[in-house]
Formats: sequence, C-alpha cells, structure tokens
Amino acid sequence: MYTQAMDTAPKEERKAVRSAEEAELERRFDARIDAGDFIEAKDWMPGHYRKTLVRQISQHAHSEIVGMLPEGNWISRAPTLKRKAILLAKVQDEGGHGLYLYAAAETLGTSRDEMIEALHSGKAKYSSIFNYPTLTWADIGTIGWLVDGAAIMNQVPLTRCSYAPYARAMVRVCREESFHQRQGFDSLLVMMQKGTREQKAMVQDAVNRWWWPSLMMFGPPDSESTHSAQSMRWGIKRISNDDLRQKFVDACMEQAKVLGVTFPDPLLKWNEARGHHDFGPIDWDEFWRVVGGDGPCNRDRIAARVKAWDDGAWVRDAALAHERKRAMKEAA
Amino acid sequence: MKTEWPLWEVFVRSKAGLDHKHCGSLHAADPKMAIQLARDVYTRRQEGTSVWVVRSDQIVASDPGDKDMYFDPAEDKVYRHPTFYELPESVNHM
Repeated sequence: MYTQAMDTAPKEERKAVRSAEEAELERRFDARIDAGDFIEAKDWMPGHYRKTLVRQISQHAHSEIVGMLPEGNWISRAPTLKRKAILLAKVQDEGGHGLYLYAAAETLGTSRDEMIEALHSGKAKYSSIFNYPTLTWADIGTIGWLVDGAAIMNQVPLTRCSYAPYARAMVRVCREESFHQRQGFDSLLVMMQKGTREQKAMVQDAVNRWWWPSLMMFGPPDSESTHSAQSMRWGIKRISNDDLRQKFVDACMEQAKVLGVTFPDPLLKWNEARGHHDFGPIDWDEFWRVVGGDGPCNRDRIAARVKAWDDGAWVRDAALAHERKRAMKEAA
Repeated sequence: MKTEWPLWEVFVRSKAGLDHKHCGSLHAADPKMAIQLARDVYTRRQEGTSVWVVRSDQIVASDPGDKDMYFDPAEDKVYRHPTFYELPESVNHM
C-alpha cells in the first residue's frame, strides 16, 4: 500500500562482486528472516532491504501527514460539537502516526529533512487515495469506513514485519486506528438510519466516489507488482495485494448491508464456488495517473505541505536559537 | 545550514508498578519541548504516568555485531536456570 511507484523506480544496480564476508552476513540474515527473527536498527542488513524499508516507511509516514488534509478540511464544518471533537482527535492521531513512522524510518539512517525534501520534490510518494477531494460531510464518514478500513487491513499484518521498529510502530498505530473506522461507520449509520432522503443520497454518492479508489489502495495486481516478491521473502510484506483486496471486499459487503448502501460495481456478487465475492475490473489507468501526479488534488496536497513547511521555518529556527542562547548563558 | 532539531528517545511508564518502556523517538529543540512533545505524541491514550526523554546521542548501547561475543559468557552457564536442578516432587514448586 505504501510502496506505490516502487515498481516504476529505477532498477537497483546489485554489486556483482561481493566479499566472502558479506555473502556470509547475507546468508545469516536470510536465516534469521526464515526463522521469523526480528531485525533491529543496528543489525547488519542487505543494502536493498534497508533502501526498501526507508522508502516504504517514509511513504507510509508521508501518507499519514498528507492524509490529515482531506479530513482537516471538514473540521470547521462538522455538523455537531461531538463530530468536531471526534474528527479533531482522528486528525491529531494521523499526525501522531506520521511522527511514529518518521521516527522508525530514521532508525535506518535517513533524516527528517531528507524525507521531507523527497516528499516535496515528488521523489517520494504517498498513498494515492489522499489525492481525492472531500466534497460532502458524508465523505468524512466514508473515509473512516472504507479508507481507514483498507489501511487497517494492510497494517495488521505489518505488526509482524521483520523490521522491528516498523512493526512496533504498527502495533501502536493499530491500537489507535480502530476507532477511526468505527467513528466513520457510526456517522454513516446515523445518516442512513435517521437521516433525510437527501442525507441518505449524500451517503450513497460519497460511497460511489470512494469505492474504486479504496480498492486501488492495495496496489497493483500481484502479477504486476514486481518488488512484492522480494518484500515477501524478506518478511516485510506478509500478505499479497490481491489477497488483501479480496479480504477487504468481502468484509465491506457485509458492512454495506448493515448500512443499506450499494457499491458502484454491477459485477459485485457472491461466488459460492470460490467462497468470496467476485468484483469488476479496476481502472488501473486511473491509478497510475493519480500515482504519477495527475489526480484531482495532487498539486493542492503538495502545495499545502510545502507552504506549511516553509511558513514554519522561522518557528523551527527560533526554537533552536532560543535553546542555543539558553545553553550559552548556562555555560557562562 | 541544516537546522534540524536534535533527536530524543522516549521512555514511558504506563502504570505505577511497571518499568519505563522505550516507545520511539522524536525531534525537539530543548528538554522542556521534548517532554511536552513526548506526552503529545506517545501518550494520547493515557498510556503514561511518567515520561523520560534522553537525547539520542547520550544513549550508550552494546554493539549488536558483538552480540555473540558480548553475551556468550552467559550462554553456557546453565546452572543459572531453575530447570537445571531436579528436586523431589513434594518440594518441586520451589
């Protein structure tokens, strides 16, 4: 989910000649992975393992921070104080999750400044789902239900990722994430059970717009995800894109029945032989366009992040200057 | 000039009676800010009765490369383990 665009990244030049010592270190590393051992920050690891994780964890962190924007958009317009407080708490959580993940990525040797620079320049990606606009209040509930639902499905297996600082951050995230999905579903349920005809239509409209992008969150089909195999071998990825996507569809169908909404897919139906729901083809052209920078909100999202960073520079500098002055005074 | 705030490691005691556990790191300009941010970032679900922050460059750690060598002396001293000793059934709960 957070490895979008890794398939299109330039192929790494793997050093042809390795010392005997390095080959032995790699053999021992593979044995630890196969034994289900955890890798910690200062352990030896293959360069490619480190690079893959820096990329994935930092893109996960970027996703959390950018993900604050579409929902932050509705804090001032939440219909009640209760919903406003809930949304504030959720968005604050997302900020916190981004911070856990930046901290985890930094254990691998990258710096906050480097990661922020990569995001702002477009070199690093964030989950494509956050390039869609939140047009109505029902979008907020729908994001909680579908987008956080998809994220949870992806994040639970990551609590067993072979790289321990990432796995531990995921445990923390998962504990906080479940209220995100529940509050969204709750918000939609209230509108579908007690709302006006217009409110129910608003919910269905939001679901119609967010369904396919949510399915795309799980990434390209397994057959087209070339780096997935290596990630699976290294215990970074535990369940395939397609398997996760199928699990998600099956879970959502049950939940949609409770809400009384439908999904915009005429081919969605239970397949008794497979024991799963069949669903229609995903528009992968849309996915690659949005990942590539041509979604409805890509430019706005990055502009908002760059502005926040640039406008905050004086605060960061002032805090450091204040501390240096204080330290000098103390030393005198 | 890069002006990143220094890195701090955060330790939280979630309940009286438990140890402080390492839960991650954060950037802060000074000690007071580090403690406040640690509370904001790592105790949003009331998981903290006590928070410690330590500048990361103050942490002294064993070298994981020396793991085997460093901890090896403890490995073959099986007499440190209770299961090494076979006792009569009536006192085996010791």
